[in-house]
Amino acid sequence: MDLTTIWFLLVAVLFTGYFILEGFDFGVGMLLPVLGRDDRERRVLINTIGPVWDGNEVWLITAGGAMFAAFPEWYATLFSGFYLPLLLILLALIARGVAFEYRHKRPEASWKRRWDTAIVIGSLVPAILWGVAFANILRGVPLDADHEYVGGLLDLLNPYALLGGATTLALFLTHGAVFLALKTTGDIRERAGALAVRLGAGAAVLAVGFLVWTLSIRSSAAAVVLAVGAALALLGALAAARVRREGWAFTGTAVAIGLAVATLFAALFPNVMPSTLDAAGTLTTTNAASTPYTLKIMTWVAVIFTPIVLAYQGWTYWVFRKRIGVANIPQH
Amino acid sequence: MDALDVARWQFGVTTVYHFLFVPLTIGLSVLVAILQTMWHRTGNERYLKLTKFYGKLFLINFAMGVVTGIVQEFQFGMNWSDYSRFVGDIFGAPLAIEALVAFFLESTFIGLWIFGWDRLPKRAHLASIWAAAIGTNLSAYFILAANSFMQNPVGFRINPDSGRAELTDFPAVLTNKVALITFPHTLAGSFLVAGSLVVAVGLYHVIRNRDSADTGAYRFATKFGSWVVLVASAAVLFTGDIQGKIMTDVQPMKMAAAEGLYTTESPASFSVLTIGSLDGSREVFALKIPYLLSYLGTGDPNGTVHGINDLQAQYATQYGAGSYTPIIPVTYWSFRFMIAFGMAAAAIALLVLWSQRKGRTPSSKWLLRAGLAMPVLPLLANSFGWIFTEMGRQPWIVFGEMLTRNGVSRSVSLAEVLTSFTAFTLIYATLAVIEVKLLLRYARAGVPDVSEEHPIDDTHDDAERPLAFAY
Repeated sequence: MDLTTIWFLLVAVLFTGYFILEGFDFGVGMLLPVLGRDDRERRVLINTIGPVWDGNEVWLITAGGAMFAAFPEWYATLFSGFYLPLLLILLALIARGVAFEYRHKRPEASWKRRWDTAIVIGSLVPAILWGVAFANILRGVPLDADHEYVGGLLDLLNPYALLGGATTLALFLTHGAVFLALKTTGDIRERAGALAVRLGAGAAVLAVGFLVWTLSIRSSAAAVVLAVGAALALLGALAAARVRREGWAFTGTAVAIGLAVATLFAALFPNVMPSTLDAAGTLTTTNAASTPYTLKIMTWVAVIFTPIVLAYQGWTYWVFRKRIGVANIPQH
Repeated sequence: MDALDVARWQFGVTTVYHFLFVPLTIGLSVLVAILQTMWHRTGNERYLKLTKFYGKLFLINFAMGVVTGIVQEFQFGMNWSDYSRFVGDIFGAPLAIEALVAFFLESTFIGLWIFGWDRLPKRAHLASIWAAAIGTNLSAYFILAANSFMQNPVGFRINPDSGRAELTDFPAVLTNKVALITFPHTLAGSFLVAGSLVVAVGLYHVIRNRDSADTGAYRFATKFGSWVVLVASAAVLFTGDIQGKIMTDVQPMKMAAAEGLYTTESPASFSVLTIGSLDGSREVFALKIPYLLSYLGTGDPNGTVHGINDLQAQYATQYGAGSYTPIIPVTYWSFRFMIAFGMAAAAIALLVLWSQRKGRTPSSKWLLRAGLAMPVLPLLANSFGWIFTEMGRQPWIVFGEMLTRNGVSRSVSLAEVLTSFTAFTLIYATLAVIEVKLLLRYARAGVPDVSEEHPIDDTHDDAERPLAFAY
């Protein structure tokens, strides 16, 4: 396998990891007003992701960095082309990150309410826009022969991309509800489990529709297999959620999100950003890539450090494996 | 006004803003780790109180550093996509390594430290803050290596077909002499900020809460912080001196611009303060120290320091017609402000130490005012240092290889970049007010009560037990 293919896979893995991990963070954030009836309950929800959300977000920073290092043309075209959606995502992530840290710093209800709003909107906006962005990458956008984006904002708001946004929204909501059922006790756990079943049904319909539409735009044998796997995992998650097998339900939604993202990357390969105009504008793993020397160095770095990162992040999840409930929330 | 101007302003504002939080994160992470180690070693509760107290201030600041950092990585692609295309082969690698090697370490272990008081064995918990501190300090190295490539490009070639810069020697990029000296200079500057904060908050309580049971802890903190400031300022001066010589060598125009030195001089005198016309043709008032600039720039009191006019003429021959001169008042004054504000903090630290000699307790209102100003001074010094080093590189984005105006995104309109600049400025300004208020609130509250610690207890059912820390 040549280095550009390896790096395409690595970028895909990083984004897949990001969506699996921050997917449930976003879900928990959006479900704050739905499942958290009072301040103590909302604190239970926030604290299920408290120790890990920041580490989860670094998957995005690493994915962006890997894209910059391995495929600078892809990074440059994507980030300058999808300007306003990315701006909104950045603003959302800023508000949300600060909110987690500052919400409990003052006792006033109005203070907490404001940060709760920041958490909900800060989770909702990226949950939708990441779907819109990735659907557009797959569908293709107008790029000129210099790989510059020549479309406008409206080009990004096509029906297929909007369905993509609705799909990631529904998937992350379900993933978050399943995660909460797994990580909480008592009443919240019950409500989260019941909500996961209802959300999951909607997510399954949207996801199947989106994946079928995706494969009709561009496809490969691998993409079809992955899409079928994603759909089966989601159905499995739904069945497990119904009988309250929370560990299996969470495994199911995690695998479903992972395979759905993998489907997009598999369908895209070997393109990384197809152009709807001039074929010369299309960016591929070849014409967007860095030199073999850079890729070789980066491969060594990735081979050495990725297992270490996975080990200590995995350990963190093990350290904080206990469920929490209202009784565990301290007064201050 | 065009998209280029706004993109430059946005980069300046978001970067200077981001770097208000970074020095504290870099320095305070280590200082908190040292305090916790002292508690671990001695078992003295005073150090635990200080660990938790300064740890809280650290975390309020840390959150801001994290969220404003994501903007930095995205901004290269969003506003500077032609720059990203040109240098991606070289510049992307340190950024990706920074995320993989440093940010994961920092963010994961910070989470373990914040929430791990009752979940981890004491040693593992202590190791967590050290791991986070190492991650933070390590991240500075990679991003400075990337920045140093822009100041002094090394280890690359220009591909004649694509016109892009390509990496040929990665170790050369990581051991760029500009990076090797900027890293310790930046760390020293960061410890100047962190030490100053420790002093300011400690001194406030020493003077205001004279009879508090925790006065001993605060006295210790002010002394500890003062020594950090003094050692850091010595390191700043030492590294800054070497940096000046390297700058004279690789970016002579920046050195000339720092001094407003228009004509080549040997020996050259250091301008403490010069007021004159912008083009240097007329001096109204000048205070100069003979030989000093020659010595700072070259190590030889009679060494030659090239002037702006000569360098401009040389660059015009080398790179084609155009201006290769930075905005002199900006570089001249930011260079002086950097030095003055940094040294002012060190001077106050000396006063604070003197005021506590032989067990005395200071009570001077003036000392308190000076002490409270302390954290602001090195923050300003850091900001002016960055403004100097980035503005002094202009008009280049990569010195000698790419002009700033050629690096901006072609596909981004003025309206788009204006929207983004306005949005960031507004959200950053709002958050700044909130952050400062929170810092003051928690600084005033003083050290926490640590009598009810939560020992690890895995033998009992802890379903009902409150968490040691919760958001």
